[in-house]
Amino acid sequence: MKQEFKIIADLIEKKTRVLDVGCGDGTLMEFLQNNKEIDIRGIEISKSNVQKCIGKGLTVIEGDAEKDLSQFPDRSFDFVILSQTLQAFLNPEEVISELLRVGKKAIVTIPNFGYWKVRLHLLIKGTMPITRTLPDEWYNTPNLHMCTIQDFFSFCENRKINLYKSIALQNFKSSKITNSNLTLKNLTAVLGIFLIEK
Amino acid sequence: MNKNVNIKSLIIDKPLKLDCGETINNFPLAYETYGILNEKKDNAILVFHALTGDQFVSGTNPVTKKDGWWSHAVGPDKAIDTDKYFVICANVIGGCMGSFGPSNTNSETKKIYGTSFPVITINDMVNAHYNLLELFKIEKLFAVIGGSMGGMQVLQFVSNFPNKVKIAVPIACTSNHSAQNIAFNELGRQSIMADVNWTGGNYSNQNKNPDKGLSVARMAAHITYLSKNGLQEKFGRKLQERDNLKFSFDADFQIESYLRHQGAVFVDRFDANSYLYITRAMDYFDLIKEYGGNLSKAFAKTKTKFLIISFTSDWLYPTSENKEIVIALNAIGVDVGFVEIESDKGHDSFLLNIPEFLDTLRDYINTSYLKN
Repeated sequence: MKQEFKIIADLIEKKTRVLDVGCGDGTLMEFLQNNKEIDIRGIEISKSNVQKCIGKGLTVIEGDAEKDLSQFPDRSFDFVILSQTLQAFLNPEEVISELLRVGKKAIVTIPNFGYWKVRLHLLIKGTMPITRTLPDEWYNTPNLHMCTIQDFFSFCENRKINLYKSIALQNFKSSKITNSNLTLKNLTAVLGIFLIEK
Repeated sequence: MNKNVNIKSLIIDKPLKLDCGETINNFPLAYETYGILNEKKDNAILVFHALTGDQFVSGTNPVTKKDGWWSHAVGPDKAIDTDKYFVICANVIGGCMGSFGPSNTNSETKKIYGTSFPVITINDMVNAHYNLLELFKIEKLFAVIGGSMGGMQVLQFVSNFPNKVKIAVPIACTSNHSAQNIAFNELGRQSIMADVNWTGGNYSNQNKNPDKGLSVARMAAHITYLSKNGLQEKFGRKLQERDNLKFSFDADFQIESYLRHQGAVFVDRFDANSYLYITRAMDYFDLIKEYGGNLSKAFAKTKTKFLIISFTSDWLYPTSENKEIVIALNAIGVDVGFVEIESDKGHDSFLLNIPEFLDTLRDYINTSYLKN
Protein backbone atom coordinates (compact mmCIF):
# COMPACT_ATOMS: atom_id res chain seq x y z
CA MET A 1 0.00 0.00 0.00
CA LYS A 2 1.05 3.55 -0.63
CA GLN A 3 3.10 5.24 2.11
CA GLU A 4 0.51 8.01 2.12
CA PHE A 5 -2.25 5.56 3.06
CA LYS A 6 -0.14 4.13 5.89
CA ILE A 7 0.29 7.58 7.36
CA ILE A 8 -3.44 8.31 7.00
CA ALA A 9 -4.28 4.99 8.67
CA ASP A 10 -2.00 5.85 11.60
CA LEU A 11 -3.90 9.10 12.14
CA ILE A 12 -7.21 7.30 12.53
CA GLU A 13 -8.31 5.76 15.81
CA LYS A 14 -9.73 2.26 15.93
CA LYS A 15 -13.48 1.57 15.83
CA THR A 16 -14.41 4.98 14.51
CA ARG A 17 -16.76 6.07 11.71
CA VAL A 18 -14.91 7.26 8.63
CA LEU A 19 -15.88 8.69 5.23
CA ASP A 20 -13.38 8.41 2.38
CA VAL A 21 -14.12 11.17 -0.15
CA GLY A 22 -12.88 10.17 -3.58
CA CYS A 23 -12.19 6.63 -2.38
CA GLY A 24 -10.95 5.39 -5.78
CA ASP A 25 -10.92 1.60 -6.01
CA GLY A 26 -11.30 1.26 -2.24
CA THR A 27 -7.72 0.27 -1.35
CA LEU A 28 -7.55 2.52 1.71
CA MET A 29 -11.11 1.66 2.74
CA GLU A 30 -10.34 -2.06 2.70
CA PHE A 31 -7.20 -1.55 4.75
CA LEU A 32 -9.01 0.51 7.37
CA GLN A 33 -11.93 -1.89 7.54
CA ASN A 34 -9.76 -4.96 7.96
CA ASN A 35 -7.06 -3.57 10.22
CA LYS A 36 -8.77 -0.99 12.38
CA GLU A 37 -12.35 -2.27 12.63
CA ILE A 38 -13.55 0.95 11.14
CA ASP A 39 -17.10 1.57 9.96
CA ILE A 40 -16.13 3.10 6.65
CA ARG A 41 -18.12 4.65 3.82
CA GLY A 42 -16.89 6.03 0.52
CA ILE A 43 -17.95 8.45 -2.14
CA GLU A 44 -16.45 8.23 -5.62
CA ILE A 45 -17.14 9.89 -8.96
CA SER A 46 -15.88 7.17 -11.32
CA LYS A 47 -18.47 4.50 -12.17
CA SER A 48 -15.91 1.76 -12.71
CA ASN A 49 -14.25 2.49 -9.37
CA VAL A 50 -17.63 2.46 -7.62
CA GLN A 51 -18.39 -0.91 -9.17
CA LYS A 52 -15.02 -2.25 -7.99
CA CYS A 53 -15.67 -1.02 -4.46
CA ILE A 54 -19.18 -2.45 -4.29
CA GLY A 55 -17.85 -5.71 -5.65
CA LYS A 56 -15.41 -5.82 -2.74
CA GLY A 57 -18.32 -5.36 -0.36
CA LEU A 58 -17.42 -1.77 0.48
CA THR A 59 -20.18 0.75 1.10
CA VAL A 60 -19.64 3.34 -1.57
CA ILE A 61 -21.98 5.78 -3.25
CA GLU A 62 -21.40 7.16 -6.70
CA GLY A 63 -21.33 10.92 -6.44
CA ASP A 64 -19.54 14.22 -6.72
CA ALA A 65 -18.11 15.50 -3.44
CA GLU A 66 -18.92 19.06 -4.47
CA LYS A 67 -22.64 18.28 -4.62
CA ASP A 68 -23.23 15.13 -2.68
CA LEU A 69 -21.55 15.75 0.68
CA SER A 70 -24.56 17.84 1.61
CA GLN A 71 -26.64 14.70 2.22
CA PHE A 72 -24.56 13.72 5.25
CA PRO A 73 -25.65 15.17 8.58
CA ASP A 74 -23.36 17.42 10.66
CA ARG A 75 -20.56 15.60 12.46
CA SER A 76 -21.83 12.20 11.29
CA PHE A 77 -18.28 10.86 10.90
CA ASP A 78 -15.30 10.86 13.25
CA PHE A 79 -12.91 11.32 10.33
CA VAL A 80 -13.37 12.40 6.73
CA ILE A 81 -10.51 11.64 4.34
CA LEU A 82 -9.67 13.59 1.19
CA SER A 83 -6.63 12.20 -0.52
CA GLN A 84 -4.96 14.27 -3.26
CA THR A 85 -8.17 15.61 -4.77
CA LEU A 86 -8.62 19.02 -3.14
CA GLN A 87 -6.88 20.71 -6.05
CA ALA A 88 -9.32 19.18 -8.57
CA PHE A 89 -12.47 20.79 -7.16
CA LEU A 90 -14.08 23.90 -8.60
CA ASN A 91 -14.44 25.29 -5.11
CA PRO A 92 -11.91 23.76 -2.69
CA GLU A 93 -12.79 26.27 0.00
CA GLU A 94 -16.38 25.07 0.09
CA VAL A 95 -15.29 21.41 0.02
CA ILE A 96 -13.05 21.94 3.06
CA SER A 97 -15.87 23.55 4.94
CA GLU A 98 -18.15 20.61 4.03
CA LEU A 99 -15.51 18.11 5.19
CA LEU A 100 -15.31 19.88 8.52
CA ARG A 101 -19.10 19.99 8.84
CA VAL A 102 -19.63 16.29 8.10
CA GLY A 103 -16.59 15.09 10.02
CA LYS A 104 -15.41 15.88 13.52
CA LYS A 105 -11.93 15.83 12.01
CA ALA A 106 -10.67 15.75 8.43
CA ILE A 107 -7.53 14.34 6.88
CA VAL A 108 -6.49 16.23 3.75
CA THR A 109 -3.50 15.39 1.60
CA ILE A 110 -2.14 17.66 -1.14
CA PRO A 111 0.52 17.26 -3.79
CA ASN A 112 2.95 20.04 -2.84
CA PHE A 113 3.45 22.58 -5.63
CA GLY A 114 6.30 24.06 -3.61
CA TYR A 115 8.39 20.87 -3.97
CA TRP A 116 11.82 21.78 -5.34
CA LYS A 117 11.55 19.64 -8.47
CA VAL A 118 8.31 21.40 -9.37
CA ARG A 119 9.90 24.79 -8.83
CA LEU A 120 13.01 23.81 -10.77
CA HIS A 121 10.99 22.44 -13.67
CA LEU A 122 9.19 25.76 -14.07
CA LEU A 123 12.36 27.78 -13.50
CA ILE A 124 14.61 25.86 -15.89
CA LYS A 125 12.23 24.55 -18.55
CA GLY A 126 9.71 27.35 -18.35
CA THR A 127 6.85 24.88 -18.89
CA MET A 128 4.18 23.62 -16.52
CA PRO A 129 5.76 21.12 -14.12
CA ILE A 130 5.25 17.40 -14.66
CA THR A 131 6.28 15.08 -11.84
CA ARG A 132 5.29 11.68 -10.44
CA THR A 133 2.46 13.16 -8.37
CA LEU A 134 1.54 15.68 -11.07
CA PRO A 135 1.74 13.55 -14.22
CA ASP A 136 -0.60 15.46 -16.57
CA GLU A 137 -0.04 18.19 -19.12
CA TRP A 138 -1.52 21.64 -18.48
CA TYR A 139 -4.27 21.03 -21.05
CA ASN A 140 -5.56 17.76 -19.65
CA THR A 141 -4.83 17.97 -15.96
CA PRO A 142 -7.81 17.62 -13.61
CA ASN A 143 -5.99 19.94 -11.21
CA LEU A 144 -7.53 23.39 -11.12
CA HIS A 145 -6.23 24.77 -7.84
CA MET A 146 -2.68 23.69 -7.10
CA CYS A 147 -1.25 24.88 -3.82
CA THR A 148 1.83 24.51 -1.70
CA ILE A 149 2.15 23.29 1.87
CA GLN A 150 2.77 26.86 2.87
CA ASP A 151 -0.43 27.98 1.10
CA PHE A 152 -2.41 25.35 2.96
CA PHE A 153 -0.91 26.46 6.26
CA SER A 154 -1.98 30.05 5.75
CA PHE A 155 -5.38 28.94 4.43
CA CYS A 156 -6.05 27.11 7.70
CA GLU A 157 -4.69 29.96 9.78
CA ASN A 158 -6.92 32.54 8.08
CA ARG A 159 -10.03 30.43 8.54
CA LYS A 160 -9.30 29.46 12.14
CA ILE A 161 -8.98 25.81 11.14
CA ASN A 162 -6.94 23.93 13.68
CA LEU A 163 -3.99 22.09 12.11
CA TYR A 164 -3.89 19.16 14.47
CA LYS A 165 -1.07 17.35 12.75
CA SER A 166 0.98 18.22 9.67
CA ILE A 167 3.20 15.66 8.02
CA ALA A 168 5.57 16.03 5.11
CA LEU A 169 6.15 13.04 2.87
CA GLN A 170 9.27 12.84 0.78
CA ASN A 171 9.70 9.60 -1.11
CA PHE A 172 9.39 7.08 1.72
CA LYS A 173 10.34 9.40 4.55
CA SER A 174 7.77 11.22 6.58
CA SER A 175 8.41 14.02 9.04
CA LYS A 176 6.50 16.54 11.11
CA ILE A 177 5.92 19.99 9.73
CA THR A 178 6.16 22.79 12.28
CA ASN A 179 6.07 26.56 11.99
CA SER A 180 9.84 26.65 12.30
CA ASN A 181 10.65 24.12 9.54
CA LEU A 182 7.76 25.10 7.27
CA THR A 183 9.91 26.87 4.66
CA LEU A 184 12.23 23.90 4.36
CA LYS A 185 9.46 21.25 4.27
CA ASN A 186 7.66 23.31 1.65
CA LEU A 187 10.73 22.81 -0.51
CA THR A 188 11.48 19.14 0.22
CA ALA A 189 8.07 17.48 0.59
CA VAL A 190 6.29 15.83 -2.32
CA LEU A 191 3.08 15.51 -0.36
CA GLY A 192 1.54 17.27 2.63
CA ILE A 193 -0.78 15.34 4.96
CA PHE A 194 -2.91 17.33 7.37
CA LEU A 195 -5.23 16.38 10.19
CA ILE A 196 -7.54 19.34 10.66
CA GLU A 197 -10.55 20.31 12.74
CA LYS A 198 -12.70 23.36 13.08
CA MET B 1 -55.44 -16.47 -18.06
CA ASN B 2 -53.26 -18.96 -16.19
CA LYS B 3 -53.64 -22.57 -17.15
CA ASN B 4 -52.94 -23.70 -13.59
CA VAL B 5 -50.05 -25.87 -14.69
CA ASN B 6 -47.31 -26.44 -12.13
CA ILE B 7 -48.36 -23.49 -10.05
CA LYS B 8 -47.49 -23.82 -6.37
CA SER B 9 -49.55 -21.77 -4.06
CA LEU B 10 -49.86 -21.06 -0.41
CA ILE B 11 -53.36 -20.54 0.94
CA ILE B 12 -53.08 -17.74 3.46
CA ASP B 13 -55.59 -18.37 6.21
CA LYS B 14 -54.57 -15.43 8.38
CA PRO B 15 -56.86 -12.48 7.62
CA LEU B 16 -55.07 -9.64 5.85
CA LYS B 17 -56.40 -6.14 6.42
CA LEU B 18 -55.90 -4.15 3.24
CA ASP B 19 -55.15 -0.43 3.06
CA CYS B 20 -58.55 0.13 1.41
CA GLY B 21 -60.22 -1.09 4.63
CA GLU B 22 -61.37 -4.51 3.45
CA THR B 23 -60.06 -7.70 4.97
CA ILE B 24 -59.26 -10.74 2.85
CA ASN B 25 -59.18 -14.36 4.06
CA ASN B 26 -58.15 -17.76 2.75
CA PHE B 27 -56.58 -16.42 -0.38
CA PRO B 28 -53.90 -17.98 -2.59
CA LEU B 29 -50.36 -16.67 -3.00
CA ALA B 30 -48.68 -18.38 -5.93
CA TYR B 31 -44.93 -18.78 -5.60
CA GLU B 32 -41.92 -20.55 -7.03
CA THR B 33 -38.58 -21.41 -5.47
CA TYR B 34 -35.13 -22.09 -6.92
CA GLY B 35 -32.13 -23.62 -5.19
CA ILE B 36 -32.01 -25.14 -1.72
CA LEU B 37 -32.64 -23.54 1.64
CA ASN B 38 -29.60 -24.43 3.74
CA GLU B 39 -29.74 -25.78 7.27
CA LYS B 40 -29.02 -22.43 8.90
CA LYS B 41 -31.74 -20.91 6.71
CA ASP B 42 -29.51 -17.93 6.09
CA ASN B 43 -29.36 -18.10 2.29
CA ALA B 44 -32.89 -17.10 1.32
CA ILE B 45 -33.43 -14.34 -1.23
CA LEU B 46 -36.89 -12.97 -1.86
CA VAL B 47 -37.20 -11.51 -5.35
CA PHE B 48 -40.09 -9.16 -6.09
CA HIS B 49 -41.40 -8.89 -9.62
CA ALA B 50 -42.40 -5.77 -11.56
CA LEU B 51 -45.77 -4.77 -13.03
CA THR B 52 -46.16 -7.55 -15.57
CA GLY B 53 -43.84 -10.12 -14.03
CA ASP B 54 -44.73 -13.28 -12.12
CA GLN B 55 -43.21 -15.89 -9.84
CA PHE B 56 -41.32 -17.59 -12.67
CA VAL B 57 -38.15 -15.59 -12.30
CA SER B 58 -35.79 -18.21 -13.76
CA GLY B 59 -35.88 -21.37 -15.85
CA THR B 60 -38.84 -21.86 -18.18
CA ASN B 61 -42.16 -20.31 -17.37
CA PRO B 62 -44.55 -23.31 -17.50
CA VAL B 63 -47.46 -21.16 -18.64
CA THR B 64 -45.85 -19.09 -21.39
CA LYS B 65 -43.14 -21.68 -22.19
CA LYS B 66 -40.68 -18.79 -22.37
CA ASP B 67 -37.62 -18.05 -20.25
CA GLY B 68 -38.34 -16.71 -16.79
CA TRP B 69 -38.46 -12.90 -16.74
CA TRP B 70 -35.11 -12.54 -14.95
CA SER B 71 -33.27 -15.60 -16.20
CA HIS B 72 -30.29 -13.39 -17.11
CA ALA B 73 -29.85 -12.63 -13.43
CA VAL B 74 -31.21 -15.64 -11.55
CA GLY B 75 -30.12 -19.25 -12.00
CA PRO B 76 -27.19 -21.59 -11.51
CA ASP B 77 -23.96 -19.56 -11.73
CA LYS B 78 -25.89 -16.36 -12.43
CA ALA B 79 -25.60 -13.07 -10.49
CA ILE B 80 -28.19 -14.44 -8.07
CA ASP B 81 -26.73 -17.92 -7.99
CA THR B 82 -29.32 -20.60 -7.28
CA ASP B 83 -26.51 -23.07 -6.56
CA LYS B 84 -25.73 -20.96 -3.49
CA TYR B 85 -28.96 -19.24 -2.59
CA PHE B 86 -32.57 -20.22 -2.09
CA VAL B 87 -34.58 -17.87 -4.26
CA ILE B 88 -38.27 -17.31 -3.60
CA CYS B 89 -40.50 -15.31 -5.89
CA ALA B 90 -44.26 -14.92 -5.54
CA ASN B 91 -46.92 -13.48 -7.79
CA VAL B 92 -48.23 -10.26 -6.22
CA ILE B 93 -51.78 -10.19 -4.98
CA GLY B 94 -53.83 -8.46 -7.66
CA GLY B 95 -51.82 -10.41 -10.24
CA CYS B 96 -52.94 -13.11 -12.65
CA MET B 97 -50.46 -15.98 -12.30
CA GLY B 98 -52.22 -17.82 -9.52
CA SER B 99 -52.25 -15.30 -6.68
CA PHE B 100 -55.46 -13.75 -5.40
CA GLY B 101 -56.53 -11.30 -8.10
CA PRO B 102 -59.45 -9.86 -10.05
CA SER B 103 -59.58 -12.91 -12.35
CA ASN B 104 -60.37 -15.16 -9.36
CA THR B 105 -63.90 -16.34 -8.72
CA ASN B 106 -65.71 -14.86 -5.74
CA SER B 107 -66.77 -17.88 -3.69
CA GLU B 108 -69.94 -16.16 -2.52
CA THR B 109 -71.29 -14.89 -5.84
CA LYS B 110 -69.63 -17.63 -7.94
CA LYS B 111 -68.69 -14.88 -10.36
CA ILE B 112 -65.29 -13.61 -11.39
CA TYR B 113 -64.37 -10.61 -9.26
CA GLY B 114 -63.44 -8.16 -12.01
CA THR B 115 -63.60 -4.64 -10.65
CA SER B 116 -65.40 -5.81 -7.51
CA PHE B 117 -61.95 -6.96 -6.38
CA PRO B 118 -60.62 -4.66 -3.62
CA VAL B 119 -58.03 -2.04 -4.59
CA ILE B 120 -54.67 -3.26 -3.33
CA THR B 121 -51.43 -1.42 -2.55
CA ILE B 122 -47.71 -2.17 -2.51
CA ASN B 123 -48.04 -2.39 1.27
CA ASP B 124 -50.76 -5.07 0.92
CA MET B 125 -48.56 -6.99 -1.54
CA VAL B 126 -45.57 -7.21 0.79
CA ASN B 127 -47.74 -8.01 3.79
CA ALA B 128 -49.11 -10.98 1.84
CA HIS B 129 -45.55 -11.99 0.83
CA TYR B 130 -44.44 -11.98 4.45
CA ASN B 131 -46.36 -15.24 4.93
CA LEU B 132 -43.68 -16.95 2.84
CA LEU B 133 -41.18 -16.47 5.69
CA GLU B 134 -43.49 -18.37 7.96
CA LEU B 135 -44.09 -21.05 5.34
CA PHE B 136 -40.36 -21.78 5.09
CA LYS B 137 -39.70 -20.97 8.76
CA ILE B 138 -37.13 -18.37 7.79
CA GLU B 139 -36.23 -16.08 10.69
CA LYS B 140 -34.34 -13.59 8.56
CA LEU B 141 -34.03 -13.27 4.80
CA PHE B 142 -30.53 -12.88 3.46
CA ALA B 143 -31.74 -10.52 0.73
CA VAL B 144 -34.72 -8.79 -0.81
CA ILE B 145 -34.18 -7.73 -4.41
CA GLY B 146 -36.37 -6.22 -7.09
CA GLY B 147 -36.50 -3.75 -9.95
CA SER B 148 -39.14 -1.17 -10.82
CA MET B 149 -42.31 -2.08 -8.87
CA GLY B 150 -40.19 -4.88 -7.39
CA GLY B 151 -37.90 -2.17 -6.00
CA MET B 152 -40.84 -0.40 -4.42
CA GLN B 153 -41.75 -3.67 -2.71
CA VAL B 154 -38.16 -3.98 -1.47
CA LEU B 155 -38.43 -0.53 0.16
CA GLN B 156 -41.86 -1.25 1.62
CA PHE B 157 -40.81 -4.69 2.89
CA VAL B 158 -37.78 -3.36 4.78
CA SER B 159 -39.81 -0.52 6.20
CA ASN B 160 -42.58 -2.91 7.37
CA PHE B 161 -40.19 -5.61 8.62
CA PRO B 162 -37.01 -3.80 9.69
CA ASN B 163 -35.40 -6.82 11.38
CA LYS B 164 -36.13 -9.42 8.76
CA VAL B 165 -33.61 -8.64 6.02
CA LYS B 166 -29.80 -8.57 5.88
CA ILE B 167 -29.38 -6.81 2.53
CA ALA B 168 -31.82 -4.97 0.29
CA VAL B 169 -31.29 -4.14 -3.37
CA PRO B 170 -33.94 -1.84 -4.84
CA ILE B 171 -33.19 -1.32 -8.54
CA ALA B 172 -34.49 1.39 -10.90
CA CYS B 173 -37.30 2.46 -8.62
CA THR B 174 -38.68 5.34 -6.60
CA SER B 175 -40.09 6.10 -3.18
CA ASN B 176 -43.23 7.60 -4.73
CA HIS B 177 -44.75 7.64 -8.18
CA SER B 178 -44.17 10.88 -10.09
CA ALA B 179 -46.96 12.71 -11.94
CA GLN B 180 -45.42 11.47 -15.19
CA ASN B 181 -45.59 7.85 -14.04
CA ILE B 182 -49.18 8.21 -12.86
CA ALA B 183 -50.00 9.82 -16.20
CA PHE B 184 -48.60 6.90 -18.19
CA ASN B 185 -50.42 4.40 -16.01
CA GLU B 186 -53.66 6.30 -16.45
CA LEU B 187 -53.15 6.24 -20.22
CA GLY B 188 -52.89 2.45 -20.03
CA ARG B 189 -55.96 2.11 -17.85
CA GLN B 190 -58.06 4.39 -20.03
CA SER B 191 -57.03 2.43 -23.07
CA ILE B 192 -58.31 -0.80 -21.46
CA MET B 193 -61.50 0.84 -20.28
CA ALA B 194 -62.13 2.32 -23.72
CA ASP B 195 -62.26 -1.16 -25.23
CA VAL B 196 -65.95 -2.17 -25.60
CA ASN B 197 -65.00 -5.68 -24.57
CA TRP B 198 -63.88 -4.49 -21.17
CA THR B 199 -67.58 -4.21 -20.24
CA GLY B 200 -67.00 -2.37 -16.99
CA GLY B 201 -64.47 -4.99 -15.92
CA ASN B 202 -66.98 -7.82 -16.22
CA TYR B 203 -65.58 -9.29 -19.47
CA SER B 204 -64.63 -12.71 -18.10
CA ASN B 205 -68.19 -13.43 -17.00
CA GLN B 206 -69.28 -12.62 -20.56
CA ASN B 207 -66.55 -14.60 -22.30
CA LYS B 208 -65.01 -11.48 -23.73
CA ASN B 209 -61.55 -9.97 -23.42
CA PRO B 210 -60.42 -6.36 -24.02
CA ASP B 211 -57.47 -7.45 -26.15
CA LYS B 212 -57.26 -4.25 -28.13
CA GLY B 213 -57.27 -1.97 -25.10
CA LEU B 214 -54.79 -4.09 -23.16
CA SER B 215 -52.49 -4.32 -26.15
CA VAL B 216 -52.47 -0.54 -26.67
CA ALA B 217 -51.77 -0.11 -22.93
CA ARG B 218 -48.80 -2.42 -23.30
CA MET B 219 -47.55 -0.64 -26.42
CA ALA B 220 -47.64 2.74 -24.70
CA ALA B 221 -45.98 1.38 -21.58
CA HIS B 222 -43.33 -0.40 -23.62
CA ILE B 223 -42.15 2.92 -25.07
CA THR B 224 -41.59 4.20 -21.55
CA TYR B 225 -39.36 1.21 -20.77
CA LEU B 226 -36.95 2.09 -23.60
CA SER B 227 -34.94 5.17 -24.43
CA LYS B 228 -34.87 7.47 -27.42
CA ASN B 229 -31.31 6.47 -28.30
CA GLY B 230 -32.00 2.79 -27.75
CA LEU B 231 -35.02 2.93 -30.08
CA GLN B 232 -33.17 4.95 -32.67
CA GLU B 233 -30.26 2.56 -32.66
CA LYS B 234 -32.38 -0.59 -32.87
CA PHE B 235 -35.08 0.59 -35.26
CA GLY B 236 -34.30 4.02 -36.66
CA ARG B 237 -36.61 4.52 -39.64
CA LYS B 238 -36.13 0.96 -40.89
CA LEU B 239 -39.08 -0.44 -42.81
CA GLN B 240 -40.80 -3.72 -41.98
CA GLU B 241 -40.32 -6.33 -44.71
CA ARG B 242 -40.86 -3.83 -47.49
CA ASP B 243 -38.75 -1.53 -49.63
CA ASN B 244 -41.05 1.45 -49.80
CA LEU B 245 -43.76 3.15 -47.81
CA LYS B 246 -47.18 1.68 -48.58
CA PHE B 247 -49.14 4.91 -48.14
CA SER B 248 -51.47 3.17 -45.70
CA PHE B 249 -51.79 2.62 -41.98
CA ASP B 250 -50.17 -0.78 -41.98
CA ALA B 251 -47.07 -1.23 -39.89
CA ASP B 252 -44.64 0.27 -42.39
CA PHE B 253 -41.92 0.87 -39.83
CA GLN B 254 -40.18 -1.82 -37.83
CA ILE B 255 -40.88 0.05 -34.61
CA GLU B 256 -44.62 -0.12 -35.32
CA SER B 257 -44.47 -3.80 -36.03
CA TYR B 258 -42.37 -4.37 -32.90
CA LEU B 259 -44.83 -2.54 -30.66
CA ARG B 260 -47.82 -4.33 -32.18
CA HIS B 261 -46.08 -7.63 -31.53
CA GLN B 262 -45.35 -6.65 -27.92
CA GLY B 263 -49.02 -5.76 -27.48
CA ALA B 264 -50.28 -8.95 -29.13
CA VAL B 265 -48.17 -11.38 -27.10
CA PHE B 266 -48.97 -9.54 -23.88
CA VAL B 267 -52.72 -10.12 -24.06
CA ASP B 268 -52.15 -13.87 -24.11
CA ARG B 269 -50.47 -13.84 -20.75
CA PHE B 270 -51.96 -10.96 -18.81
CA ASP B 271 -55.34 -10.08 -17.39
CA ALA B 272 -56.60 -6.58 -18.21
CA ASN B 273 -58.14 -6.06 -14.78
CA SER B 274 -54.89 -7.12 -13.11
CA TYR B 275 -53.21 -4.42 -15.18
CA LEU B 276 -55.64 -1.87 -13.76
CA TYR B 277 -55.14 -3.04 -10.18
CA ILE B 278 -51.37 -3.30 -10.24
CA THR B 279 -50.82 0.06 -11.96
CA ARG B 280 -53.12 1.57 -9.34
CA ALA B 281 -51.02 0.05 -6.58
CA MET B 282 -47.91 1.65 -8.11
CA ASP B 283 -49.61 5.05 -8.37
CA TYR B 284 -50.73 4.90 -4.75
CA PHE B 285 -47.21 4.04 -3.57
CA ASP B 286 -45.86 6.93 -1.52
CA LEU B 287 -43.46 5.92 1.19
CA ILE B 288 -42.61 9.58 1.83
CA LYS B 289 -46.21 10.46 2.66
CA GLU B 290 -46.61 7.29 4.72
CA TYR B 291 -43.84 8.58 6.98
CA GLY B 292 -45.09 12.14 7.32
CA GLY B 293 -42.96 13.67 4.60
CA ASN B 294 -39.67 12.21 5.82
CA LEU B 295 -38.47 9.17 3.89
CA SER B 296 -35.66 8.56 6.38
CA LYS B 297 -38.24 7.65 9.01
CA ALA B 298 -39.30 4.67 6.89
CA PHE B 299 -35.92 3.12 7.65
CA ALA B 300 -35.19 4.49 11.11
CA LYS B 301 -35.49 1.08 12.78
CA THR B 302 -33.57 -1.01 10.29
CA LYS B 303 -30.07 -2.47 10.30
CA THR B 304 -30.52 -3.74 6.75
CA LYS B 305 -27.71 -2.88 4.31
CA PHE B 306 -28.80 -1.30 1.04
CA LEU B 307 -27.45 -1.16 -2.48
CA ILE B 308 -29.36 1.15 -4.80
CA ILE B 309 -28.85 0.76 -8.55
CA SER B 310 -30.09 3.05 -11.32
CA PHE B 311 -29.47 3.30 -15.07
CA THR B 312 -28.29 6.34 -17.02
CA SER B 313 -30.99 6.19 -19.72
CA ASP B 314 -33.93 5.30 -17.44
CA TRP B 315 -36.30 8.25 -17.68
CA LEU B 316 -39.23 6.45 -16.06
CA TYR B 317 -37.47 5.93 -12.73
CA PRO B 318 -34.52 8.27 -13.24
CA THR B 319 -31.31 8.32 -11.25
CA SER B 320 -32.47 11.45 -9.42
CA GLU B 321 -35.40 9.54 -7.87
CA ASN B 322 -33.20 6.61 -6.92
CA LYS B 323 -30.74 9.04 -5.37
CA GLU B 324 -33.47 10.47 -3.15
CA ILE B 325 -33.61 7.09 -1.46
CA VAL B 326 -29.82 7.10 -1.04
CA ILE B 327 -29.96 10.57 0.49
CA ALA B 328 -32.73 9.57 2.91
CA LEU B 329 -30.72 6.54 4.02
CA ASN B 330 -27.46 8.47 4.40
CA ALA B 331 -29.26 11.08 6.46
CA ILE B 332 -29.76 8.48 9.20
CA GLY B 333 -26.48 6.65 8.77
CA VAL B 334 -27.87 3.49 7.15
CA ASP B 335 -25.26 1.40 5.33
CA VAL B 336 -26.09 2.31 1.72
CA GLY B 337 -24.15 1.93 -1.52
CA PHE B 338 -25.23 3.45 -4.79
CA VAL B 339 -24.20 3.02 -8.40
CA GLU B 340 -25.61 4.29 -11.66
CA ILE B 341 -25.00 1.85 -14.50
CA GLU B 342 -24.24 3.16 -18.00
CA SER B 343 -26.82 1.81 -20.42
CA ASP B 344 -28.84 3.14 -23.37
CA LYS B 345 -31.58 0.54 -22.90
CA GLY B 346 -33.80 2.71 -20.69
CA HIS B 347 -35.81 1.39 -17.76
CA ASP B 348 -35.76 -2.11 -19.27
CA SER B 349 -32.02 -2.28 -18.48
CA PHE B 350 -32.68 -4.04 -15.19
CA LEU B 351 -34.16 -7.00 -17.08
CA LEU B 352 -31.37 -7.25 -19.64
CA ASN B 353 -27.99 -8.89 -19.82
CA ILE B 354 -25.83 -5.87 -18.93
CA PRO B 355 -22.49 -7.16 -17.61
CA GLU B 356 -21.57 -4.13 -15.43
CA PHE B 357 -24.95 -4.38 -13.74
CA LEU B 358 -25.02 -8.13 -13.25
CA ASP B 359 -21.37 -8.31 -12.14
CA THR B 360 -21.92 -5.58 -9.56
CA LEU B 361 -25.04 -7.35 -8.31
CA ARG B 362 -23.26 -10.71 -8.14
CA ASP B 363 -20.19 -9.40 -6.30
CA TYR B 364 -22.28 -7.39 -3.86
CA ILE B 365 -24.47 -10.39 -3.01
CA ASN B 366 -21.54 -12.76 -2.63
CA THR B 367 -19.36 -10.46 -0.51
CA SER B 368 -22.34 -9.47 1.66
CA TYR B 369 -23.20 -13.11 2.27
CA LEU B 370 -19.69 -13.81 3.58
CA LYS B 371 -19.66 -10.76 5.86
CA ASN B 372 -21.32 -10.67 9.21
